[in-house]
Amino acid sequence: MRVYQFSEQPYPDAWKDHGGSLRVNLPNRRCNPKIAADLFHRYYDEWLLADELGLDIMLNEHHQTATCMSSTVIVGLSVLARQTRRARLLVLGYPIGHRQDPLRVAEELATIDVISRGRLDMGFIRGVPYEFPCSNQNPVGVMDRFWESHDFIIKAMTSHDAPFNWESKHFHYRHANIWPRPWQQPHPPVWSTTGSKSNARALGERGYVMATLGTGYNTRALYDVYREGYMSKGRPAPTADRFAYLGLVAVATNEREAHERGERVASYLRSIAIVHPPFRNPPGYLSVEDNARLLRGETPPRSYTKDRRVIDMRSASVEELINAAILFCGTPDQVYQQIVDFCEYCGGMGNLLMMGHAGSMSHEDTVENLTLFATEVYPRLKEYRQPPAVAVQPARRSPVAVAGQ
Amino acid sequence: MSVANTMSSIVVDNIRVDLIERGDGRPLLFLHPGIGIEPTTTVLDRLAARWHVFAPVHPGFEHSEQPKSFDTVDDLAYFYLELLEHLDLRETVVAGVSFGGWIAAEIAIKSTERLSHLVLANAVGIKVGDRETRDIVDIYSISEREFVELAYFNPDVGTHDYKTMPDAQVHAAARNREATARYAWSPYMHDPKLKSRLHRIRIPTLVLWGASDRILSETYGRAYCAAIAGARFQMIEHAGHFPHLEQPEIFSDRIFAFVEEMPR
Repeated sequence: MRVYQFSEQPYPDAWKDHGGSLRVNLPNRRCNPKIAADLFHRYYDEWLLADELGLDIMLNEHHQTATCMSSTVIVGLSVLARQTRRARLLVLGYPIGHRQDPLRVAEELATIDVISRGRLDMGFIRGVPYEFPCSNQNPVGVMDRFWESHDFIIKAMTSHDAPFNWESKHFHYRHANIWPRPWQQPHPPVWSTTGSKSNARALGERGYVMATLGTGYNTRALYDVYREGYMSKGRPAPTADRFAYLGLVAVATNEREAHERGERVASYLRSIAIVHPPFRNPPGYLSVEDNARLLRGETPPRSYTKDRRVIDMRSASVEELINAAILFCGTPDQVYQQIVDFCEYCGGMGNLLMMGHAGSMSHEDTVENLTLFATEVYPRLKEYRQPPAVAVQPARRSPVAVAGQ
Repeated sequence: MSVANTMSSIVVDNIRVDLIERGDGRPLLFLHPGIGIEPTTTVLDRLAARWHVFAPVHPGFEHSEQPKSFDTVDDLAYFYLELLEHLDLRETVVAGVSFGGWIAAEIAIKSTERLSHLVLANAVGIKVGDRETRDIVDIYSISEREFVELAYFNPDVGTHDYKTMPDAQVHAAARNREATARYAWSPYMHDPKLKSRLHRIRIPTLVLWGASDRILSETYGRAYCAAIAGARFQMIEHAGHFPHLEQPEIFSDRIFAFVEEMPR
C-alpha cells in the first residue's frame, strides 16, 4: 500500500469570524498575508517531513476559500518537485473542466514531472460545487468539457514528432507541441475522483486510478462499478493499486489522545458545509433526478457505518466517524486494523490518501501524527497483502473473488 | 381549433418539443421564461380568446428534448425560425417574457419575415451597465425564497410546495433550472452583441415592464426599448418580473391594443 499525506492548507483564523461562509464570498481582508506566509512555509515543512518519513504527498486546489489556500496546485507542486527527494507527488486534483487552457495544463504538468524526475501522479477532477461561481465555468455540461480537456492533455503529452491541430467544441489550437515532454512514459499516471456510478464506470473503462472521498462503508458499490467498467475492456480484474481512498488519520500512543487528535482532524468535516447555501448546488452539478429529490426535501445519505447506520459526516462523533471508516483513529494497532478492515471490505484498496493535518492542528500535533503513523503503522501496511482482485463481470453484476491475483 | 388545456408535441429539425396550441385567428408565438410554462396558466386562455396561440416549450425545458448541440440562445432563435416556417405562420405576433423575451429579440434581429409585431416583457438578453455593474440579479447566488421575493409583486404567486407537487412537475422544475443555466450561465443572461444588433428590428415593438420587478430595473427595460427604433415602453403595475402571471388580463389586453393600433 502507498500512503499520501494530504493537507488542504487552510487558513484557520478565518473560522473565528466567517459570517456563515468560508468559501467564495468571505472577504479576503480577513486574510493576513504574514500569517498566510507562515502557514504556507509550515505546510511545506510538513510535506518535507512526509518525504523524509517515506510517505508520498498529495496536493489539491480550491478557489476563493479559507479552507484551502492552495489556489493553484502548480505552485505547491513547483516547490515540492524541487525540495522533496523521493515522494510521489499526487495532484488530486486539477479541475481541468474549469481551466481555460489545457495546453497550459499539459505544459505545467509535464514540467513538474521532469523537475521531479518522474514522480508526478496527475489527478483530474470536476471540482466541488463552490468552484463554479469562482471560475464562472458553466456547471451544465462541464463533464463534456472535462473529457475534451483530458483528451487534449493526453494527446499533447504523447505527441512527440510534430505539432498537431485541435479544433473541437471547447478548445482550439493550431500547433500543439509541448516542451518539455513528460519524464514518465507514455505519460504520468492518471487519477480521478468520483461519487457517482456512471463516472466510476467511465474511469474503470479507462483503467485510471479511482479515488473516493469520505464514502466510508458505502464505497464498495462504486468500486464494483469500476471493476465492471475495467473488465468490460477485456482486462483481468483490477488490482488494489487502481483504488484510492481519502481518509482522515489520527494516531497517538493511547486511545484518549488519539480521539482528541481525531476531533481536531475532523474539524475539516465540520467546515465543509460552511458556505452560503446557494453556492452548494449550482444548476447542472447534480442530475435532474437528484435535484428533483432535493426540491422535495430528500437528501440521499452518503455515509454509512460498518453496520449500515447512516451518519452525517459533518456532525458525526469521532466514534461514528471511525465506525464509518471516514476517520482512522486510535493507537497504531487500532489504526492498522481499521485500515485493513476497510481494505478487506473494499476488496482491495491500494492507496490511502491520508489527511493527517486539518483545521487548526498545530505543527507539533501534525508532526507527531505523521511520525507515529509512518513509524508504527505504515511499515505494517506495506507488509499487508491485499485481498485477491475481485472480478465483476460486465454482463452479470455479481462480484466473484479471483484467486491468485 | 381546440380550446382544451392539452399539450401536444411537434418535431422540428428532428427536435421534439411540447407545444400548447389554442384558439383561432391571428398567430401569436408565446415564448415562456426560464421558469417554464403551465398549460393551465390564465394568460394563454386570455390570448387564445382572440388569437391562435402557439406556446412551445423550449428545447431542454420541462419535457422537451434537449438537443446535444444546443447551448446558446442563438440556437433557440434559429430553432424558432424553423418552427415558424414548419407551421407556416405568417404575420405572427411574437411575445416573450424574461428569458423568452431574449429569445424573441434574437429571433427578430435575424429575420422578421414571418413576424408582424414583437412584444418583450421584462426581457433579459442585453448588457446595459458598466463592466462592474451586474444588470441582472444573479439568481444562482440567491435562494429560491429570495428569488421569489425579488421577482414577484405578490410572492405567493411564485411560491411552490414541491412536496405536494406531482413528480412530473418537480422534474420539470429541476429541468428548467438546469436548462436556463445551460443557455445563460455566462455571459450571464445576455449576449454581448445583442444590444448593437437590436436596430435591425423594424417591426412595431412593445416593451412591457412589470413595475415591481427587482430582478431587472426599469432603467434596463428603458435601455432595451431605446435600442429598438420606435419601440413603445409600458409599465404594468402590481406585477414583477413575470407580468403574464401576475396580471394576465392587462398583459393580454396591452398586446391586443398595441397590435390593433400599430398595423405593420
